[in-house]
Amino acid sequence: MERIPILRMGRFLLVTIQVDMHDQLALTLQDDLTERIVADRAKGVLIDISSLDVVDSFIGRMISNIAGMSRVLDAQTVVVGMRPAVAITLVELGLDLAGVRTALNVEKGMALLQNSTVA
Amino acid sequence: MAAMPDLRGERKVELALRSGEDVVRLRQAVRESALAVGFSLVDQTKVVTAASELGRNTIQYGGGGRVEISIVADGARRGVRLEFIDQGPGIADLKLAMTDGYTTGGGLGLGLSGAKRLSDEFEVESSPGKGTRVVIVRWKAR
Repeated sequence: MERIPILRMGRFLLVTIQVDMHDQLALTLQDDLTERIVADRAKGVLIDISSLDVVDSFIGRMISNIAGMSRVLDAQTVVVGMRPAVAITLVELGLDLAGVRTALNVEKGMALLQNSTVA
Repeated sequence: MAAMPDLRGERKVELALRSGEDVVRLRQAVRESALAVGFSLVDQTKVVTAASELGRNTIQYGGGGRVEISIVADGARRGVRLEFIDQGPGIADLKLAMTDGYTTGGGLGLGLSGAKRLSDEFEVESSPGKGTRVVIVRWKAR
């Protein structure tokens, strides 16, 4: 089955979405991440969406869901690398990803996770 | 609403909409048309996102259908026109369906209203039991 890989880096999980995801793939990622947060006792999740040229309401909802589920599981989520055209479109679509923390790039996102989680 | 221009242009693609993979193909095909017309990156992103919302609606609420992607011209203006057609149950209350946050499918309720905001022209026709037809046009900014 097709899956988005989840990498572990210390206390954090790293996901780089590099394909145009169909809806089922997005749902699988949501489930896989939730399980890995528990299995790996992860304290943070970093999702890199710099390769995505479109984020529609379904993907937006998946991102919000992941952030919400990880919060409940005592982990923080940071979404990094959103393209400017995607940000403009997302807000016009009516989504502002309330409750989802974002950073401009992977480096800043990792720093945010390091600072907001206690070792 | 002003009459929707219907000047079928040089390029027309028709795709079936049955599965999530079809929505990915739809996004790619719309991107190609938007590029062919010379849309800016932001305008490409807007029309592709609108297409993604409406394509998912066709599958999820219309039980599947098809989409026609064409490049249209109105005088010197050029744009991308998308027509989504299904033979599903139709929309009982169009006004309600166009309301932000209203959903019967467990989604965010932004599909129709969001797609309208991302389009320059938007038209929806639906008759209960017969299906739904949604047409959008996005023009290249001059």
